[in-house]
Amino acid sequence: MAHAAHPAGGKPGTGGDQIAPIGRTGSAPGPDLPDQGTAPGVPAPANPKTVLEKAEINRALSRIAHEILERTRGAQEVVLLGIPTRGVPLASRLAARIAQVEGRQVPHGSLDITMYRDDLRLRPARTLGRTEVPADGIDGKTVVLVDDVLYSGRTVRAALDALNDLGRPLAVQLAVLVDRGHRELPIRADYVGKNLPTSQQEVVRVLLTETDGEDGVLLEPVGSPRGRGGVTGRRR
Amino acid sequence: MTAPKVSAPQARESREWVIQGARPLGGEPTDISIRDGVIAAVGPGVVAPGVQVLDANGLIALPGLVDLHTHLREPGREDAETIETGTMAAALGGFTAVHAMANTDPVADTAGVTEQIWRLGRQAGHCDVQPVGAVTVGLAGSRLAELGAMADSAARVRVFSDDGRCVSDAVLMRRALEYVKAFDGVIAQHAQEPRLTEGAQMNEGVASGRLGLAGWPAVAEEAIIARDCLLTAHVGSALHICHVSTAGSVEIIRWAKSKGWRVTAEVTPHHLLLTDDLVASYDPVYKVNPPLRTAADVAALREGLADGTIDCVATDHAPHPVEDKETEWAVAAHGMTGLETALRVVQEAMVETGLLDWAAVADRMSARPAAIGRLQGQGEPLAAGSAANLVLYDPQPRQAVDPATHASRSRNSPFAGLVLPGRVVATFLRGRPTVLDGKPA
Amino acid sequence: MNRHLISAADLSREDALLVLDTADELARVADRPIKKLPTLRGRTVVNLFFEDSTRTRISFEAAAKRLSADVINFSAKGSSVAKGESLKDTALTLEAMGADAVVVRHSASGAPHRLAGWVRGSVINAGDGAHEHPTQALLDAFTIRRRFGRAPGDGTGEALDGLRVTIVGDVLHSRVARSNIWLLHTLGAEVALVAPPTLLPVAIGDWPCSVSYDLDAALPKSDVVMMLRIQQERMNAAYFPSVREYSRRYGLDTARLRQLPEGAIVMHPGPMNRGVEIAAEVADSPRSTIVEQVANGVSVRMAVLYLLLGGLEAAQ
Repeated sequence: MAHAAHPAGGKPGTGGDQIAPIGRTGSAPGPDLPDQGTAPGVPAPANPKTVLEKAEINRALSRIAHEILERTRGAQEVVLLGIPTRGVPLASRLAARIAQVEGRQVPHGSLDITMYRDDLRLRPARTLGRTEVPADGIDGKTVVLVDDVLYSGRTVRAALDALNDLGRPLAVQLAVLVDRGHRELPIRADYVGKNLPTSQQEVVRVLLTETDGEDGVLLEPVGSPRGRGGVTGRRR
Repeated sequence: MTAPKVSAPQARESREWVIQGARPLGGEPTDISIRDGVIAAVGPGVVAPGVQVLDANGLIALPGLVDLHTHLREPGREDAETIETGTMAAALGGFTAVHAMANTDPVADTAGVTEQIWRLGRQAGHCDVQPVGAVTVGLAGSRLAELGAMADSAARVRVFSDDGRCVSDAVLMRRALEYVKAFDGVIAQHAQEPRLTEGAQMNEGVASGRLGLAGWPAVAEEAIIARDCLLTAHVGSALHICHVSTAGSVEIIRWAKSKGWRVTAEVTPHHLLLTDDLVASYDPVYKVNPPLRTAADVAALREGLADGTIDCVATDHAPHPVEDKETEWAVAAHGMTGLETALRVVQEAMVETGLLDWAAVADRMSARPAAIGRLQGQGEPLAAGSAANLVLYDPQPRQAVDPATHASRSRNSPFAGLVLPGRVVATFLRGRPTVLDGKPA
Repeated sequence: MNRHLISAADLSREDALLVLDTADELARVADRPIKKLPTLRGRTVVNLFFEDSTRTRISFEAAAKRLSADVINFSAKGSSVAKGESLKDTALTLEAMGADAVVVRHSASGAPHRLAGWVRGSVINAGDGAHEHPTQALLDAFTIRRRFGRAPGDGTGEALDGLRVTIVGDVLHSRVARSNIWLLHTLGAEVALVAPPTLLPVAIGDWPCSVSYDLDAALPKSDVVMMLRIQQERMNAAYFPSVREYSRRYGLDTARLRQLPEGAIVMHPGPMNRGVEIAAEVADSPRSTIVEQVANGVSVRMAVLYLLLGGLEAAQ
């Protein structure tokens, strides 16, 4: 009945000191919003509602690709940078469509903004996404940031800071699949797939084949069971 | 069980006591009558006017405990403990006599210092203080101290020890063993081969390898014990081994005793309960010399105490001030307090496990240590005619140890927060209570 | 208490991979014109070095500054007791300065444990006595992973499964060896130790590695050879008879280098004793990772600082 060990037990070393458990969320981290109450006149749907189907997503992306070509006069010095997670396949699809239409390869890559977030201290440290800037860099180029959902604008603000440390683009534009309103910063998108009025009691869930096996944009109430897809909405 | 009833304030002054309903050595309840510092009778008591009554219903009565190994720190380290606070702590632990080790400042290596310590003990009056004399001058291990002078002094030193250090020089140890034969003295060895333990921090084993702390191998203790047992046999003297801590040491002592050699041994309460896994927290409260060892060692020590190979329990009470323990492991002082928790730890490790009954506890914690220390009037049986040195102990309650409530000046107890059984209720020193209702009388 | 990094033995496989993957991403910062991220802006990292170590201290300093943290360097040679101020008092001073993280190197095993009880910030062990040096093991694992082309991920990257790592030298006194043994095992590598018997801990039987005294037999079966620094003082304490004999039996010279299988690499935590445990030509050969270990150290330490300080502190 020898008195047994300290809480550390038979383990070598210390009493369980280690890196803080990381929330590997499995879904694209979205900005956390302060509580602003429900947007007037927009009721929260009872169960998930599909607001964009696969065909609609494809049409939206095609339209955005054409718009980019128009506004940048043929995407001469354009670089597409997707914001992980789902902005990356979207950027890739846009590059493919531009290549189809114009016959030119537009450089594309990814820009992870985790280290530039303004809300890092609100949750345990997050896993980092990949940052891959095309070989010719961004100096003097028109960078088009690509993301799935535009909400408070804080992600884009972080992306602008990140770009600043990577070089000096000629101009920065923003393309999003869904703009759900409720901006907290003076940020607006240049290219929008769909404008989607939402309440803050709702969550926008984006599914893409590359990451989730199917395409779709769903709208569901906050607190719905976590399924697949990137969730952009208020989180605890 | 009701609280023992005593009418104060005459309590301390009364020369006559009847302790009612106590269970001597855990046996049947009976009364113990005390008169003029002596046990007058064990049996139904007569309560006459002027006699104090103590209701000891449910309490076990043991002869006053005798500690062969305590550090009272005075003179020199009064910031850690004084003879006053240390002996009060002893009384609260049920002790009526303690042997004060010689590693004070100045070292107790002369008649003068040992007599001073003896006198301070008498003045404090909480328990008998029997000074231990150093074997070598200044504990330096090179010249014998004046052992004869210390033996002849008022302190009547019979136990000699360089504890804290090992008498490692084989010739010096031989001489010391031979010399004390002249006055029936005994050399108490702190067995630690110094070269094998240079810079050692904890037991050498699985834990030390993982924790990156220099090891104190068991062989450093065992090799010295083996050597000294052989020396003792060769010169026909008496040897006592302090704080035995390894299974190998127990085996060697068992072998030496089987040869009829005059070897005795003690074990500390902490070595009966704690293992070196605890060092994983790097909390220096677990740093002690000899170090905490493995579960196998603990088991062997318990067995050794049970079968008498180890003669007694000795606390090696080693108080240290906060700043000497609240540091990184490597620079922390060695030692643990133990007087106030000893009996409770022994109950937990030996009685609750069925290895000792209360009569055996009395033997290991009172009779045998008194015999080894050659003490008069201590460790006597609970019978008419014996000196009235006894302790009343309640084995029932279970409570966490809280060093903040201890009388010792220091708080370095490795049992802090541990739930242990038992509580010392009263201690009598030659018929006068030093502790009543668990508090200083 | 999971807001500290004190021991590699306490890292789960998941935790370790997360550090490596994060380090992989952060390594790219070194290639940018602006080698800075704003993540730890306003946080204070204190380098509390009781032992001399310019290399490790600078590595942590660079890592913290690349994350925009403020860095305070506190160097105290010799034991704190010799200095007069206790470790506890030093800790309380740091508390008063509001240190978010304390990177501590100390000659006493267990010093970070004690510190963790006295400060509110995160404690990162930069080496305590002979106990552990977790960030060294992490940067070693990172180096091995890169050299062997194992893919990084987002916390789900590949580990070191199946790689055979041989650690050679003074294991007994080495915190680098200990941390590496636990971490390499956690990441799936097969670990073998080679040393003279005097330099191996006594009760090593239940460690997750094999033990041998024969370097030549071990080399052909090693994908990674990690050489530990041998200290001359050990000769005076009779751990080995002479530097010459040690070098002859346990030194990695060019002849032994040729016995390594194709693609095997040679590592050393530094500083090296050229000509003793490792020949100069070996240290400078393409198989040697010694220089990139240093660069990787900054990335790995950035990852550790980010993961410990970059988010919400774990609830107590």
